[in-house]
Amino acid sequence: MKRLKDMPKRIGKRIKKAFLRPVRYVHGIAVLVRKKEFEEAKSRLRRTLLGMSFTDGLLFKMLIYALLVSLAYVYLYPVLYMVTNSFMTMSDIINVAVRWIPSSLNWENYRLVWEEMNYPKALRDAFILAALPAISATVSSAIVGYGFARYDFPLKRTLFVLMLMTFIIPPQITMMPTFRMYANYGLLGTIRAFVYPAILGQGLNAAIFILIFYSFFKMVPVSLEESAKLDGAGPFKIFTRIALPLAVPAIIIVFLFSFVWYYNETYLSGLFLRGSEMSTLPLLLEQYILNYTSIYPEGSTARELMQAVKLAGNVLTLLPLLILYFFTQRYFVESIDRTGITGE
Amino acid sequence: MKKRLAGWRRRLVDVYEKIDRTWFEHLRKLRHRLTHNRVIFIRPTKLVLCNRLAIPLTNKKRRSITGYAFIMLWIVGFAIFALYPLFNTLYLSFFKVRMDGALLDLEFVGIANYQAVFLSDPYFVEILVGYILETLINVPVVITFALLIALLINQNVKGKGLWRTIFFLPVVITSGPVIAELMDQGATTLPALSDYRFVDVVVGNVGGFLATPLQALFDQILLILWFAGIQILIFLAGLQKIDKEIYEASKIDGAGPWASFWKITLPSLMPLIMVAVVYTVVSMSVFSLNEVIVYIRNIMLGESTPALTTGYGYSATLAWVFFIVMSLIILLFLGLLRIRKGRERA
Repeated sequence: MKRLKDMPKRIGKRIKKAFLRPVRYVHGIAVLVRKKEFEEAKSRLRRTLLGMSFTDGLLFKMLIYALLVSLAYVYLYPVLYMVTNSFMTMSDIINVAVRWIPSSLNWENYRLVWEEMNYPKALRDAFILAALPAISATVSSAIVGYGFARYDFPLKRTLFVLMLMTFIIPPQITMMPTFRMYANYGLLGTIRAFVYPAILGQGLNAAIFILIFYSFFKMVPVSLEESAKLDGAGPFKIFTRIALPLAVPAIIIVFLFSFVWYYNETYLSGLFLRGSEMSTLPLLLEQYILNYTSIYPEGSTARELMQAVKLAGNVLTLLPLLILYFFTQRYFVESIDRTGITGE
Repeated sequence: MKKRLAGWRRRLVDVYEKIDRTWFEHLRKLRHRLTHNRVIFIRPTKLVLCNRLAIPLTNKKRRSITGYAFIMLWIVGFAIFALYPLFNTLYLSFFKVRMDGALLDLEFVGIANYQAVFLSDPYFVEILVGYILETLINVPVVITFALLIALLINQNVKGKGLWRTIFFLPVVITSGPVIAELMDQGATTLPALSDYRFVDVVVGNVGGFLATPLQALFDQILLILWFAGIQILIFLAGLQKIDKEIYEASKIDGAGPWASFWKITLPSLMPLIMVAVVYTVVSMSVFSLNEVIVYIRNIMLGESTPALTTGYGYSATLAWVFFIVMSLIILLFLGLLRIRKGRERA
């Protein structure tokens, strides 16, 4: 080291060259030492960049984070677009320079939608319309899932497969007779049109929920229930007193999913709730947008300017769910582990 | 926070026990009524039917009766809300139906409705073909991206929870009108894709047959990726179940990350890919913005303009055609995956 530093500058240049490309003919011993260090540094650098087997190196890490961030941007883009644009004033929308950040927080759009949709009442209706069927679906799928998980009976396999098959039956094919049935019994336009199928285990995506409870109860050891049985509890009591309290995580997951899906559902609710007082928020939003598009013709400036207001409506519709998701996302994310489809 | 949560939990348990004591008491009485009456009388050792026929009950039989009692709710619901409507729709699809108040005026027309679907309906076949092509293109895209994202998150990255939260967000907020509005305003396409004329190049270089669905794919790329939420979770759960030792063993045998992905990861995920494919096809097909189902609903409600349609019976036909096509698509995908699997084994 020391010898190298003391060398005159003229030679220094050649030494520098040796650093970059250690060649044997340059400078006797000094070069050999350099070469070794150079090799070490090179391999160290390679190890940090590429790692022992490429997958644990820095380069790979950077690649992964870059991919993750860009994909996350792609996923969040519509949400970001919606939120920022909903705050824009008319001049912001026209102004090309304003792309992401509105010039001021403009609550006017929200006020308009809030009043037009009668938001507090609409929100209450939407919550009731989502919560009651969700509760019914949770209760029924817990009972059915328990039955499938704990008891053996003839035709069990067939029934179970049929239960899973109901998932792929599109609602379009069953809705016509159901619609007529509801019309005959005066259930159209009432919440019962959603609660009855849910309580009979035929609600929205009920097959998934039954599957979740099925695999959850399969995991609970039978010995607990056997000891309760020895103490003289009947099957029903065992179910309500022992199995259900153990299944709280599954209950929360199923309720949350069911709630969210019912909240967002528009196809059937648009059909069954036509012309009734009750309506879900997405339906109201649809109605609201339809009204505006019929008032203002295509391509008119007024319609362009309504963009922000419509997006404010979108945000108001999604906000309750976003808040709910923010607090309970753990359960959503854990859900798939509970279905047991990965095979235990 | 934890303390408060515990308090809430206790309160919930209290409420639950109260319900358990009062409501369930009624339910128990109801059950007693159901199991101790003239038609069915269940005694500890035998089952008496109609006061005449006594069937001795073994332990096994009693358990299966209890089992049926538990799933009875579902059986009834299945009969009312799935089986009956399914066959009713099939039945009606062979008739010309006129609504006469609450009564249906039926006129048997044989397979005329099915002929009409393919021969005289000006829109449906076109919409259906569009749907088939879009599904065939979009489902692999969704599955690939879901797999990619799952693999990325499964690496040793910081903030796994955060990533999962982000990628699962669309599942929570996907609803028809919201998506429709976003699509309307062009928020479901990436500006970068159109800015650099990437789409034009790709779409311009394939045949006219594929151009439309591909254009649709790029126009709604974000929306399509939004369908991948649940699938990501499915794959993540699967990835975490794969034994780490297999990877170590393969590494010692000299397999790189690339080889071990194709030889270990993908084969072990195969059953889950099938599940994810079925889920994707179904969720895309029944999504409320799907043109086919919008068309079927409009015909059923008599909101569509063409007079040639025969309303109820015709929409029943359309629904069955749609159902069959959807099942065929699922079978096709599963078949393709099977073939792959078989080849690997050989």
